[in-house]
Amino acid sequence: MSQALALPTRRDEAFRYADLASLAPLWPVKAEQIVLGAGEERAVAIAHTGDQPLARELVVELAAGAKFALHLLGAGTAYGRFSLTVTLGEGAEFTFGAAQLAASGQTLEVVTRVIHAAPDAISRQTVRSVAANKGVVNYLGKVLVEKGADGTDGSQSVRAMLLDRTATANAKPELEIHADDVKCAHGCAVGELDANALFYMAQRGLPPELAKQLMLQAFVAEAFVGAEDEEALLEAALKALGDML
Amino acid sequence: MTLLSIENLHATVADKPILKGLSLTIGAGEVHAIMGPNGAGKSTLGYVLGGRPGYEVTEGSVEFDGQDLLALEPFERAAAGLFLGFQYPVEIPGVSFVQFLRESLNSQRRSRDLAPLSGGEFLKLAREKAALLGLDMEMLKRPVNVGFSGGEKKRAEMVQMGILGPKLAVLDETDSGLDIDALRVVGDGINAVMRAPDKAVLLITHYQRLLDYVKPDFVHVLAGGRIVRTGGPELALELEAHGYEAVAA
Repeated sequence: MSQALALPTRRDEAFRYADLASLAPLWPVKAEQIVLGAGEERAVAIAHTGDQPLARELVVELAAGAKFALHLLGAGTAYGRFSLTVTLGEGAEFTFGAAQLAASGQTLEVVTRVIHAAPDAISRQTVRSVAANKGVVNYLGKVLVEKGADGTDGSQSVRAMLLDRTATANAKPELEIHADDVKCAHGCAVGELDANALFYMAQRGLPPELAKQLMLQAFVAEAFVGAEDEEALLEAALKALGDML
Repeated sequence: MTLLSIENLHATVADKPILKGLSLTIGAGEVHAIMGPNGAGKSTLGYVLGGRPGYEVTEGSVEFDGQDLLALEPFERAAAGLFLGFQYPVEIPGVSFVQFLRESLNSQRRSRDLAPLSGGEFLKLAREKAALLGLDMEMLKRPVNVGFSGGEKKRAEMVQMGILGPKLAVLDETDSGLDIDALRVVGDGINAVMRAPDKAVLLITHYQRLLDYVKPDFVHVLAGGRIVRTGGPELALELEAHGYEAVAA
């Protein structure tokens, strides 16, 4: 077990884009277990907007028919990392929405490993990241469909918005499928705010920072659709966006 | 009183000269129409006035309501009272018209040292202007222009104009994409919102038909980046009858 205590290097795929210097004082990260029994339902929202660096590792096990919704907001810290391993039993449902807002000098990342271990489970991942100046946002997400997990329905929607040419987004949605009857969709895009829309909004009288804020608010909100604390998350995100712009 | 004075305006897009010495004066209370063939620079004129990035003024001046328009940022031009009706209104997913327009109007009001409108006050205003232009208020609760038909987008442009209450509206092919009934509604709307002694309209259009509803005081022919002819409403009819080539030659 001593291996698990050694600080990872960039050769470790899950830490390829991590800020290892910031991770070092947080290492080793203790895994937090979340276990849902058959048919159980739970919703968790975590907003980390303080300036303390943070690394969390969640290990989630969903028994047959369990439903788990997890929503995350990361902003304001030099380093923020959420690492998830989710194993879905038969007919289980996992909904994941994450928003990351990285300003200069900040590295925020989400690393997910979603395992469809039994038939007919559903996983939905929506990640919306914004990076300004020299901020870095990462998403490494793997969906693994095991042998026999037919009827799997998995989706990953990953988008990142770069506000400056100096900002960085790393995104790696990944699928590994060992079953036949499977529906898996993934979409990934890294872009900039639409210049036409910004001019249109300016022409109606909106100063650029307000126009950007409105567009980014809408962008980030996609991660929180249906979250139990949707309003509180949005409000926290909006405040973080305001600080960032 | 002169509201807009354009002198010898030269502008380039991607280093290509488009406007080549355009001069135009618009007085308060007047409606002007600019007509001209494709590629004459009509839309460029609208964008240059609005301050769109990529449209570079290389020579000349524009004075708007006593201010140097070209020295202002696009949002400051809007706050100064310039409204640009887009030929192709832009879709903004996730941002509702109500939120967008309330923020826009209140930004403009703040710059004029006026108190921002409350949610209720704004909705009352929006409802009134939507009714005037025959647009269902429910549509203003939807994301900006998303899923709107061409005609609905143009009506929504006019509703925005009504809500923002500009001094000068530059309307770029507001008539395109409208059927005959919508054309009448939009025409009536322009008259209701903008026909006032202290306001003015610059209509950019290819066709005479909008001018049947919004009667211009002056018609200009734009060709090769300059105004080549100016006349009264009869000039539009002459253009319609004989084409740009014959009239602008």
